[in-house]
Amino acid sequence: MAFQSNELAKAYWRENVSLMLKLLAVWFTVSFAAGILFVDQLNMVQFFGFKLGFWFAQQGSIYTFVLLIFIYVIKMNALDRKYDVHED
Amino acid sequence: MDLQTLTYLVVGVTFAIYIGIAIWARAGSTQEFYVAGGGVSPLANGMATAADWMSAASFISMAGLISFMGYDGSVYLMGWTGGYVLLALCLAPYLRKFGKFTVPDFIGDRYYSQTARTVAVICAILISFTYVAGQMRGVGVVFSRFLEVDITTGVIIGMAVVFFYAVLGGMKGITYTQVAQYCVLIFAYMVPAIFISIMITGHVFPQTGLGATLLDGSGMHLLQRLDGLSAELGFAAYTEGTKSTADIFAITAALMVGTAGLPHVIVRFFTVPRVKDARISAGWALIFISILYTTAPAIGAFARYNMIDTINGPDAQGTLIAEAPTWIKNWEKTGLIKHEDKNGDGRMFYSGDERNEMTIDRDIMVLANPEIAQLPDWVIALVAAGGIAAALSTAAGLLLVISTSISHDLLKRNLMPNITDKQELLAARGAAAVAIVIAGYLGINPPGFVAEVVAFAFGLAAASFFPAIILGIFYKKMNKEGAIAGMLAGIIFTVGYILYFKGIFITPFAENKPENWLFGISPEGIGTVGMLVNFVVAYAVSKFTKEVPQDVQDIVEQIRFPKGAGEAQSH
Repeated sequence: MAFQSNELAKAYWRENVSLMLKLLAVWFTVSFAAGILFVDQLNMVQFFGFKLGFWFAQQGSIYTFVLLIFIYVIKMNALDRKYDVHED
Repeated sequence: MDLQTLTYLVVGVTFAIYIGIAIWARAGSTQEFYVAGGGVSPLANGMATAADWMSAASFISMAGLISFMGYDGSVYLMGWTGGYVLLALCLAPYLRKFGKFTVPDFIGDRYYSQTARTVAVICAILISFTYVAGQMRGVGVVFSRFLEVDITTGVIIGMAVVFFYAVLGGMKGITYTQVAQYCVLIFAYMVPAIFISIMITGHVFPQTGLGATLLDGSGMHLLQRLDGLSAELGFAAYTEGTKSTADIFAITAALMVGTAGLPHVIVRFFTVPRVKDARISAGWALIFISILYTTAPAIGAFARYNMIDTINGPDAQGTLIAEAPTWIKNWEKTGLIKHEDKNGDGRMFYSGDERNEMTIDRDIMVLANPEIAQLPDWVIALVAAGGIAAALSTAAGLLLVISTSISHDLLKRNLMPNITDKQELLAARGAAAVAIVIAGYLGINPPGFVAEVVAFAFGLAAASFFPAIILGIFYKKMNKEGAIAGMLAGIIFTVGYILYFKGIFITPFAENKPENWLFGISPEGIGTVGMLVNFVVAYAVSKFTKEVPQDVQDIVEQIRFPKGAGEAQSH
């Protein structure tokens, strides 16, 4: 077992899952919410020549996806070190 | 030098590069053949994943699709990129820690069952063959259009090249060739896009050009102008689309989840040395993919504006046939654009109502781009090489999944566990060779339903692999009975629904129209419902059947943290 105790293993997993869920909430918001469910409402707003909902659907969501993965990588690497379960 | 010689030269040089790389990176063991020895750097893996992922459809057809669908085309943009977030956060690191070669490996071991493994193998082979037939067809089409050889010869040349580097190099050969292919395809995609963006809006980046004002002196935004043109000509508004919200939602979700469940994408994350490399290579892959995917909607909009402007003329009365630009005449020969002078006024007219006189194939939007922008011949040659690179890289990745499924999952792990590494490698090469021949045959004699079955590939991946893998990682108590029942329920539901409306081998039972659909969801989006069916059935069945053995629960504990991830192992 890589962890000192079962409690630590549980705590690591809890933090991991909570980070994942937070990032997935953003993932859902920029694509399904902004780009699909509320697209008509957001389209009332102009954004650099785009209707905002349309921009999220064809541009903004994709940029956010990239950002989300890199945030996840940085945070997870830090979490691995905190619990001393990183690779050499 | 004329265009054709130049195209032969550019395509020939790229082929020489691919073959050179294949000789340099040939595989000596099953580990190198299946997962490139597990030593690929995350950046190279990201690039290879991007090339693997972006097929002939992404390169040639997607911008054209968006051009005709407007807002509705967003399902492809979000669907085919959003899946990488799921891959990076929910799948890749854990599967890498698990450390096997294939997706059926994970399913079979995690659910301690040969039945589960067999179901997974069948899904993997079915998904991959569906996909690969389309790629071979893409190679043939590009060859016939730019090099003026017939499609059969084109497919055979393509088969020979893939044969060479996939059979010889396995995953190792494929990975490094894909890095080269990514560079070729992205360069070929971006050069015309940037030129056209500058031409129409003055913006260097097509991504901002899409929202910019037009240079034609009207002071209008491009998208505003397109909406206006759509209204005048009887098309749906470009930025609004026509599909129902429920359908858009379901298709996007099915494509995202399907992406995350496709075996040829997942297997790429087995090729890197460490768990943290698996995480970051998903990030690199998505960056490389995004460059093309954020450009595609811009190309779509530019091309649509250009097309309407050229055909209908600035005064929207139609352009005289005699004065049509040469690219229209050139592409009329290929049948991708057709004109029929219905009202006999000697002019062309394009619209969404009864005035329309044009038939335009969506593929022309990318293929004719360099000519529309009056770019030099070498750019046209480059687009041909880019299209071929996109098709070959995806075909190779899929063929590898097929050969691995047969030699590793079916023979080594199931029927003949005692074969040596050398025999297994031979079997893998033999299976790859046979798969290429079958794929080539399907490319030359495409069953009428190639385009139709793409929905199958994503629907199947979404309804079978994705829930089984997610539950395998995040729900320790999921047992083999639950997983198998879930996968079967998901597949049967999804395949049944698609057959019901599309009737691929049989006559459809009902007309494929919104009034007949379940919850207003089209067959393209039904994988989302199939996935939910899988989750629900798996959970319910697991509640009423035997508990998961302790040693399997321990394995699940082990894959949840990175420490101790060695190289991918066969046992």
